[in-house]
Amino acid sequence: MPAVTETIDTVQSVTEGTYKWGFETEIEMEFAPKGLNEDIVRFISKKKNEPQWLLDWRLKAFAIWQKMEEPRWPAVTYPPIDYQDAYYYAAPANKVKPKSLDEVDPELLRTYAKLGIPLKEQAILAGVEGAGDVPAEGGRMPIAVDAVFDSVSVATSYKERLGKEGIIFCAISEAVEKYPDLVRQYLGTVVPQGDNFYAALNSAVFTDGSFVYIPKGVRCPMELSTYFRINAKSTGQFERTLIIADEGSTVSYLEGCTAPMRDENQLHAAVVELVALDDARIKYSTVQNWYPGDAEGKGGIYNFVTKRAQCRGKRSKVSWTQVETGSAITWKYPSCVLLGDDSVGEFYSVAITNNRQQADTGTKMIHVGKRTTSTIVSKGISAGRGQNTYRGLVRVAPTASNARNFTQCDSLLIGDQCGAHTVPYIENRCMTAKTEHEATTSRIAEDQLFYCRQRGLSEEDAVGLIVNGFCREVLKELPMEFAVEAQKLLQISLEGSVG
Amino acid sequence: MLKIEGLTAEVEGKQILKGIDLEVPVGEVHAIMGPNGSGKSTLSYVLSGREGYEITGGSVTFAGQDLLALEPEERAASGLFLAFQYPVELPGVGNALFLRTALNAVRKARGEPELDAMQFLKVARERLKALQIGEDMLKRGVNVGFSGGEKKRNEVLQMALLQPKLAILDETDSGLDIDALKIVSDGVNALRGPGFSALVITHYQRLLDYIVPDRVHVLMGGRIVQSGGPELAKQLEAEGYASVQAAA
Amino acid sequence: MSAHPTGAAGFLHRYEGLRMRLPGARLPFVAALRDQAAEAFRTQGFPTRRVEAWKYTDLRPVADAGFDEALTAVDSAPDLPPAHGTARAVFVDGRFRPDLSALDGLPYAVESLAMALPGLDGRLGALARVEAQPMAALNTMLFEDGLVVTVPAGAAGGVLDLVSIGTASERPEAFHPRHLIRLGAGASLTIIETATGPEGARYLHNPVYEVEVAAGATLTHARLQQEAPRAFQLATAYARVAEGGTYDNFTLNAGGRLVRNEIHTVLAGPNAACHMNGAQLLRDGQHADTTTVLDHAAPDCASRQTYKTVLMGRSRGVFQGKIHVHQVAQRTDGYQMNQALLLSPEAEIDSKPQLEIYADDVKCSHGATVGEIDAEQLFYLRARGIPEPRARAMLVEAFLKEAVEGVQDEAARAALDAAITGWWEKAA
Repeated sequence: MPAVTETIDTVQSVTEGTYKWGFETEIEMEFAPKGLNEDIVRFISKKKNEPQWLLDWRLKAFAIWQKMEEPRWPAVTYPPIDYQDAYYYAAPANKVKPKSLDEVDPELLRTYAKLGIPLKEQAILAGVEGAGDVPAEGGRMPIAVDAVFDSVSVATSYKERLGKEGIIFCAISEAVEKYPDLVRQYLGTVVPQGDNFYAALNSAVFTDGSFVYIPKGVRCPMELSTYFRINAKSTGQFERTLIIADEGSTVSYLEGCTAPMRDENQLHAAVVELVALDDARIKYSTVQNWYPGDAEGKGGIYNFVTKRAQCRGKRSKVSWTQVETGSAITWKYPSCVLLGDDSVGEFYSVAITNNRQQADTGTKMIHVGKRTTSTIVSKGISAGRGQNTYRGLVRVAPTASNARNFTQCDSLLIGDQCGAHTVPYIENRCMTAKTEHEATTSRIAEDQLFYCRQRGLSEEDAVGLIVNGFCREVLKELPMEFAVEAQKLLQISLEGSVG
Repeated sequence: MLKIEGLTAEVEGKQILKGIDLEVPVGEVHAIMGPNGSGKSTLSYVLSGREGYEITGGSVTFAGQDLLALEPEERAASGLFLAFQYPVELPGVGNALFLRTALNAVRKARGEPELDAMQFLKVARERLKALQIGEDMLKRGVNVGFSGGEKKRNEVLQMALLQPKLAILDETDSGLDIDALKIVSDGVNALRGPGFSALVITHYQRLLDYIVPDRVHVLMGGRIVQSGGPELAKQLEAEGYASVQAAA
Repeated sequence: MSAHPTGAAGFLHRYEGLRMRLPGARLPFVAALRDQAAEAFRTQGFPTRRVEAWKYTDLRPVADAGFDEALTAVDSAPDLPPAHGTARAVFVDGRFRPDLSALDGLPYAVESLAMALPGLDGRLGALARVEAQPMAALNTMLFEDGLVVTVPAGAAGGVLDLVSIGTASERPEAFHPRHLIRLGAGASLTIIETATGPEGARYLHNPVYEVEVAAGATLTHARLQQEAPRAFQLATAYARVAEGGTYDNFTLNAGGRLVRNEIHTVLAGPNAACHMNGAQLLRDGQHADTTTVLDHAAPDCASRQTYKTVLMGRSRGVFQGKIHVHQVAQRTDGYQMNQALLLSPEAEIDSKPQLEIYADDVKCSHGATVGEIDAEQLFYLRARGIPEPRARAMLVEAFLKEAVEGVQDEAARAALDAAITGWWEKAA
């Protein structure tokens, strides 16, 4: 699998304690003026040739946002964010479609290479004519990739091949143009404009993101994947992803995120909405590796994300898997609203905080339908001066007869300057429902380390090994391509945390 | 003692028992053998009154009563005992309290005086001794932290205390080593006599070396497909269930 | 008199009127504490559900009831609950009743707080945090009496019954007893507290406890909350445990209409230990909340918590439990379990177990389960001839008694066992 090996090779060549995705790409960019007001919202909408209904929708969100306050309840601290001191639109300047890779801005190609995107997909992403029709090298299973570069989706690969199955996988701005009815039917139905402060902000200014529609009965033949990249200075990224799995369909979606090293903090406030109809299955995997800031806590991404799924259909299933290693601050709770009878929600999470990173993450499982089941497995690792909080809600409505929930939250502390916190809320109003919650906190035992080292492992390798073991239940949920990458990331994230 | 006629039953809409006819006369021990999924455990649960099994037809008469009309505890009180394949753990419920409550409930139903704690302890100790079970068994929570063998011994102890008219042993031999198997069998054999019948449900012939049945029935596909003497068990051991299937 | 003032304003209004008549009014440190508490109560008011610590318990029914303060001692002679030991301190409507108490010849000092106030400068209010807990502020503002127990170093105190009876029936009354309990090094004491009131009594019992356990001392504090069905109890305990000491708290919530049992324990010295256990037995219309905050502030301490709730009818149970492990508290061993049995389709249980950990060499775990009676277990009992109601009762009692097993003191354990046994069969 070239994608994987390539990534690993790069990872292994990395010297200690550095962030390998910290490069900056110098390409020609187009910006909207700094700041946020109604005109900027109109500007973004116009830039994207949006219909009136969507502009109205954005303006309504903006009005709601102006009346809202930033949430104060997460266990994270940061200086006030000046929402007027950022660009809300940044895009690579438009160019004529290149004929071959040679004509593509080499900086852009280099970026893809550094992101670990294989050459074939690079060509497609760079918009090389005809590149999408040739099979991927080595007969490997292709991965359809959408790349979001700052505010806009730059290209999507394998569109035609997916199109044969009736699958839509494109930038959401393209979907607004081509499939306005679908977008209008579902946009904001899972995460309404006024859901929370960051979701409202996103609804007003979202610039791009991916749109996926899997028709009835279709099993998506390849992994769908989006690489998110914040590149430009002083920009926020506000992508919006909408995935609809129609009756009996199946899809696995991956996202990866990186950003350059900068001294300033940058805001990433995405919204992801998933809708699963009868018997549909959505697997959503994230490897989040936004720039975490330096060892002193300077710079880094504020990752304030709203992700939610509605299992509307009977026997539908949504599975969230996340590996959160980056960002200065992470605030996200990928959730499942289990409406359909016998629907299933899953949340598997690994979150690492090292140096000055802070994470407040978890999930909400809302049981409404009969016999709905949910599983939560959360592994938090705190090192350096990191603060790691699991915050989760399990709510069982009186209608959810025979619902089941199982929650397992484990924390691992490395060093005595960090913190690990567990804040579960369990609200049960159904007699026949059963909820179980278990949480443990531990550290890497001296004898475990010694045993590994006595067998010849370095202390850091030993820690990596033990941490990977600690996270195994979650990592095994990731698609192969991501699992290997994620394991390496865990180890890199913990560099400098021992000894 | 026990007469089953045309018994049919469903679990979650799926028919498992498809017309069982079986009679166990007073004082006899019958064995029911059959492959996995033949309906053996379903039969034991239907007879003991567990929820989730819908009886769709037939009748069961036990000691002159309509067994199917009774609640599980009424069946127990009238002398039916099920030795569970997987005895249930009851954390926080002391074994002594449990045994005494069960014994007194059954005694009360029979019109016998209830035993106080001292009287009970005396009876229990006798049984424990006879079964070579240590007294600490009484002090522990019911089946909590018991090994597989200990759980089965506890079942036999309960049977010895409650002195049922009919014992149903549901795969009692599963997970037992030879020593435990012997203790369990001795416990059953000690009760054998004119007032005691048993239905021994098992997959293997092994247990029947220790508890020699008067009759052997083969249960397959929810029906008794063949009946015979103890030699039938030996035949099954040698030739497997496939031979019966072919014959039936 | 016109409509009775309610809410926080009502209590503040009465404080203004009673200020110069409350015990200790002429003692500057008492007056200062009360004024400070009044300010804290004015600032916080009755907590709403937007306050995180009160997310699941709405105090509006308390705020909306207009209460009188019971100022003059009543000389009624109510029925007393059974005694568990020979020493007994009885409070009626929050006032100490020496005539009903038996406190002679004890190896430790027991006094009425109202009488002992002049000697309590520096001790009264040392642990309670009025700025963070509005009900503790309300208590400090208006306390009229309480028990001051001081056990000298090395003394074995035996069992002390602490009885509280609420009697008001015409107009609801509020009383705010303040109990100070101090154990010297190596001392021991068992307090078995029974709070009750006759059917039909209407009152708010709002006690605050300040508990100091010195090095190597052991305090067992068993609380049987069996208040009158229409009564409110909002209890807040603050305990500080020194090196090698043990605080063993068990709270049984069985009575009352709206009840909160809040315990703050600080393990302040190495090898200190704390057991906080409890059971909540809730019938139709009851709301009970147990909230524990445990600070591991020293290394090598152990804590054990087991809370069980059984809910019937339209009842609501709440458990919030926070374990905070400070950075110095290496080798902490913390365990917390809360379990609920939902026996009615209209009942609701909310749990929020919380870990906040800043030390790396720790072993901390918590668990929470909610479910109904296990069908397998029930069938097993019935298959042995035990009738269904009895089988259910056995399983409910076994479920509850697991929490009692953690109580070390035999007298306290026996009292709790007795209170739990048969409760369910009576209630069902």
